[in-house]
Amino acid sequence: MIVADSKVLLEVRGLCASVNGTEVLKGLDLTVRSGEVHAIMGPNGSGKSTFAKVLAGHKAYEVTGGSVLFQGQNLFTLEPEERARAGIFLAFQYPIEIPGVGNGQFLRLAYNTLQTQRGKEELDPLEFDDFVREKMKLLEMNPDFLDRSVNEGFSGGEKKRNEILQMAMLEPRLAILDETDSGLDIDALRIVAQGVNHLTNKDNATIMVTHYQRLLNYIVPDFVHVMEAGRITKSGGKELALELEARGYDWIESPIPTSSARIAA
Amino acid sequence: MLDFRLKCYEAWLKMEEPTWANVHHPKIDYQAISYYAAPKKKAKLKSMDEVDPELLRTFEKLGVPLHERMALAGVAVDVIFDSVSVTTTYKDKLAEAGVIFCSMSEAVHEHPELVQKYLGTVVPTGDNFYAALNSAVFTDGSFCYIPKGVKCPMDLSTYFRINTEESGQFERTLIIAEEGASVTYLEGCTAPAFSSNQLHAAVVELVALDNAEIKYSTVQNWYAGDENGVGGIYNFVTKRGVCKGVNSRISWTQVETGAAITWKYPSVILLGDNSVGEFYSVAVTNNYQQADTGTKMIHIGKNTRSTIVSKGISAGHSNNSYRGLVKISPTAEGARNYSQCDSMLIGEHSGAHTFPYMQVRNNSAKVEHEASTSKIGEDQMFYFAQRGIDAEAAVSMIINGFCKDVFQQLPLEFAVEATNLLSYKLEGSVG
Repeated sequence: MIVADSKVLLEVRGLCASVNGTEVLKGLDLTVRSGEVHAIMGPNGSGKSTFAKVLAGHKAYEVTGGSVLFQGQNLFTLEPEERARAGIFLAFQYPIEIPGVGNGQFLRLAYNTLQTQRGKEELDPLEFDDFVREKMKLLEMNPDFLDRSVNEGFSGGEKKRNEILQMAMLEPRLAILDETDSGLDIDALRIVAQGVNHLTNKDNATIMVTHYQRLLNYIVPDFVHVMEAGRITKSGGKELALELEARGYDWIESPIPTSSARIAA
Repeated sequence: MLDFRLKCYEAWLKMEEPTWANVHHPKIDYQAISYYAAPKKKAKLKSMDEVDPELLRTFEKLGVPLHERMALAGVAVDVIFDSVSVTTTYKDKLAEAGVIFCSMSEAVHEHPELVQKYLGTVVPTGDNFYAALNSAVFTDGSFCYIPKGVKCPMDLSTYFRINTEESGQFERTLIIAEEGASVTYLEGCTAPAFSSNQLHAAVVELVALDNAEIKYSTVQNWYAGDENGVGGIYNFVTKRGVCKGVNSRISWTQVETGAAITWKYPSVILLGDNSVGEFYSVAVTNNYQQADTGTKMIHIGKNTRSTIVSKGISAGHSNNSYRGLVKISPTAEGARNYSQCDSMLIGEHSGAHTFPYMQVRNNSAKVEHEASTSKIGEDQMFYFAQRGIDAEAAVSMIINGFCKDVFQQLPLEFAVEATNLLSYKLEGSVG
């Protein structure tokens, strides 16, 4: 939702980043205010997922230029775990498996770490169990998930649900959903989208990185951005996504992209 | 006894130091080692209160205060303090059950017939270089005898500790479980920091007769040297059990975290029909530590079974090798073995090696071997970090998950200690 006079949560200016010496982000600008839902679309290899990982602080990506302010603070002075504690959450495209580590145990550690950070009481295992089961209902998850190893042997859909479950528990200020729709069948997509919609409010914001328009039928964005070759080349409302769906990404190249023109200047 | 020692010494003189292990160290001057070091001022301690507070602090750090362990857990502790047993507790209660649990030197005097009957029968005096050395010069150790049909009323426990510089410690442990007897034995090692290498060449022999069961658990945390690999203890240990009787069972569980070099292969000879041998191991190396450890399962009796679960974790510049032998003799009709060897690497400079040997001479045998190598990956660490969890907590959680199969085999209070110990050993190794 677009809220009048809402605070700027995230301000990205001229962001450049490279991985293994190859520049992937080449001057990216984006402003996200509380209450807003942004979708970043674009062809494969345009830098969408790189952007998500740079915001979260993955060490494999080197920031080579530009700035990012999160709630007014320079994001690059914060370690990945500090960013998470400050309220940045990344729902991974490919959540990694951690054999031997119980999912319930992992979720509780993550939750209690954040509770401590926020000056609140930690939950003991029994209290946490009640709490997490309630959240799992939202995502129609079987409580068995708590006893399995983190993401190990989970189907694609189960992994994505487990990500949104963590989002529901941790209540981030800024949630970045990296291709959350990929690998989901239509029922799972609906459940996941329901979960996300339930969690959005006027104090937080969501950035969805996606290749397809499909997800946006379920989670309706306030803004749609098209990303190409490491920068945002077109921005618009939710109707832009439909246009992309109908015409593909190629048609954007003919009109002069306003944002990149400004950066070039 | 003197004969025994002299024979061993002669045998040792003719032997060469083994060089096949995947470890490297400067030549040891065996003449420079002090073979017997008794505590200096406090010769005998009357109560646990007199034990070195530093020793107690180490227990404390690991979350297992000795007094609590004794009082609450009902564990009889025999503290080996510089080669001489200083405190033996709960002896009376054990005596009631007919269990003999005392120092080896006491056993030599009070139960010579048992010592003579079994000492050196599992690990022959000329078995290997270090065992022969131990047999010649062993100072003290623990002796344990569980009579027929007796289930030992409490877990037995010994803490070993090296505390004089340059003192080699050569303990000798002998545990005998008579027909239908069972016992759980816990051995934990801690050692304070010293700058020069010390040799620790112990020998442990277990004998299980018909239907007997021995469970032997070790948490080893000898001084490992500093972060540059200076100092630390050489832990060259021979541990072996024989399942002499039918349906007997011997189970080794070890958590090896300390020592500059570990050279250790707790083994089981499965002589009795239907006997079972088990080996559960976690070996952690960091900095410049070297470990070459594993087991031998020698199947001789019919329908004998063995299980090997080995977890190696290497961090820093360390090297960690699993070396194991599964031998199925022609007589071992229907023998079965299952081995699982997993290695985990932390950082870019550590090494993990697996040397499984199999000799199968009976067609009815089933031998399975699984192995895996994993790395605590950047992406796993990032996943934890993205959820606000710092590197130390993440590593501790991953490692404990990795070692779960082994920790489950430890008595509860030992498992807690082992968990803490691993986190402590790997502090700062990631990230």
